[in-house]
Amino acid sequence: MSENYFKKYPNENGYFEEYGGAFLPPVLETEMKNITQAYFSISKSHNFISELRSIRKHYQGRPTPVYFCNRLSDKYGGRIYMKREDLNHSGAHKLNHCMGEALLAKHLGKKKLIAETGAGQHGVALATAAAYFGLECEIHMGEVDIVKEHPNVVRMEILGAKVVPVSEGLKTLKEAVDSAFNAYVADPVTSLYCIGSVVGPHPFPMMVRDFQRVVGIEAREQFYEMTGELPDKVVACVGGGSNAMGLFSAFLEDDECEIYGVEPSGRSLEPGEHAATMTLGKPGVIHGFKCYLLQDEKGEPAPVYSVASGLDYPGVGPEHSMLKDLKKVKYDTITDKEAIDAFYELSRLEGIIPALESAHAVAYALKLAQKYPQKSILVNLSGRGDKDIDFVVDEYGLPENPK
Amino acid sequence: MNRITELFNKKKRNVLSFYFTAGHPEPDSTLSILKSLEKNGADMVEIGMPFSDPLADGPVIQQSSQIALKNGMTIKKLLAALESVREEVTIPLLCMGYFNTVLQFGMENFCKTISQIGIDGVILPDLPLEVYSEKYQAIFERYGIIPVFLITPGTSDERIRQTEKYSKGFIYMVSSASVTGAKKGFGNEQLAYFKRIKEMNLSVPVMAGFGISDKFTFNQVSDYAAGGIIGSAFVSHLQKEGASENSIGEFIKRIVK
Repeated sequence: MSENYFKKYPNENGYFEEYGGAFLPPVLETEMKNITQAYFSISKSHNFISELRSIRKHYQGRPTPVYFCNRLSDKYGGRIYMKREDLNHSGAHKLNHCMGEALLAKHLGKKKLIAETGAGQHGVALATAAAYFGLECEIHMGEVDIVKEHPNVVRMEILGAKVVPVSEGLKTLKEAVDSAFNAYVADPVTSLYCIGSVVGPHPFPMMVRDFQRVVGIEAREQFYEMTGELPDKVVACVGGGSNAMGLFSAFLEDDECEIYGVEPSGRSLEPGEHAATMTLGKPGVIHGFKCYLLQDEKGEPAPVYSVASGLDYPGVGPEHSMLKDLKKVKYDTITDKEAIDAFYELSRLEGIIPALESAHAVAYALKLAQKYPQKSILVNLSGRGDKDIDFVVDEYGLPENPK
Repeated sequence: MNRITELFNKKKRNVLSFYFTAGHPEPDSTLSILKSLEKNGADMVEIGMPFSDPLADGPVIQQSSQIALKNGMTIKKLLAALESVREEVTIPLLCMGYFNTVLQFGMENFCKTISQIGIDGVILPDLPLEVYSEKYQAIFERYGIIPVFLITPGTSDERIRQTEKYSKGFIYMVSSASVTGAKKGFGNEQLAYFKRIKEMNLSVPVMAGFGISDKFTFNQVSDYAAGGIIGSAFVSHLQKEGASENSIGEFIKRIVK
């Protein structure tokens, strides 16, 4: 990697080599150009940066620690470290970019934040940011997800957000994105659209990555301070890929670090049973950007599945797509079953209940530890698992009393 | 000469164009809709290729796309259904859809096949000008396919001039900063935008679309543009009243008489 990586990627049109860009009808194209301009002119200003730094420290509780997993390493080998994004305010890394997006909205004089949410994690984080800044918040959510993810709907409402049910199509994330786009286009002057990951049209993959870079910057420094060296291996789960991009971005120029992105292989690698976009997808365009995409031969996005709702997306960030082609990151998969096992292992050996998304990264780290007992492994523990506890116990039972 | 160019050479005003989604309302209604439209006075037709995630379309066309997909409509099936369309339909025809479906079909394969069939133009609202010029312009030109690009009230004059440069048949002027869907007449703000575009004296004709649902709105846009494209209102009529020749005739009468 050249040392100008962040200047080179994305280029001025939002491309990470052949991926990314903005494949949009002209109405949206114009608005995205406005957001890009605003982002460049405001987010690099001294005022913006110092306000965001202050928020990171005093409101979000950053830096989050890097923690050495003693018992886990004893059992599996290797030296396993976790970057504790579960300790970030609101319980996951999502708030890192939501606070950035909301601060941008405030500087632009906007009154309202609009976004879609699938499982509700991004919605909750954005509702949190909106409350902090005194902005209105409108979250579009499929009717199916509203029923399935009820506690997050309640959390958003407690935080003062308006949850807009979407009844079109399959009534899940994809339709929620369309609905949120439309709501934004109808009112681009007073509102700002805030996407939930390193996906979507330019400038979002860049903007969300930049706001998530804090994870990697902290982790690299903390790891070095703890051990006097850099980790041999760096691991994160990838759905859209925001937590992974945050962590990976700090290690792209460290050739001694091997980087692993972990996708869900769900129940199996049969169509509709997984969301292993990098493993089985091919380049395509979804939601206004080019990336690896799970699709059928007609170019329709394929149905996807994972036990972790946050990994359940047929596309993936354009930067990940490029890093795969450049062979800078190795993308591999973990099954539902392996993730559930890791969920319990981390809970029982370290007293940390991980989000099911993060459990995929933990499961992969355990495999690496067994294979490379002499190596150090840094895992992004991107979120805590409170949201998943009822589901896991109902579906899988406890380890001593499995279903 | 391409039929689109020929049409606008002959007819400078009140050009009446329609959009419908292939495979809607019935799996095999495409060809008969085209014939009925021509017979009842349509000057040009855009045939929608359904996609599950149509970012530029409102609820009516989204719903028609879903029905069409359920009906099994694909690009491949559409092109097969249109194979001998030129034996029965003479007005200019365009295919309109989303970039990814064509990308997966293969852009060259697509242009080649539609040119053999006798389709005159293509509208891909989510294909940016820059990507078109860099990667696909040569293919379009090789097969004589006319690309049509959209402009909106938010499009800058500079961008409109760029669009003009790549446009051959007509420019699609989106009436409002919104997705497709019938509205009740155009207000002053929209009329001012139509006027601004008219006064730019573009070298290619302009067709207005989005929000044209009846005689009143069609006449409104015809004062400023070469004509209008009726989409959602027509699709909604097909959904409610069916796609018989009578039903289509009735709908068109409401606009031109």
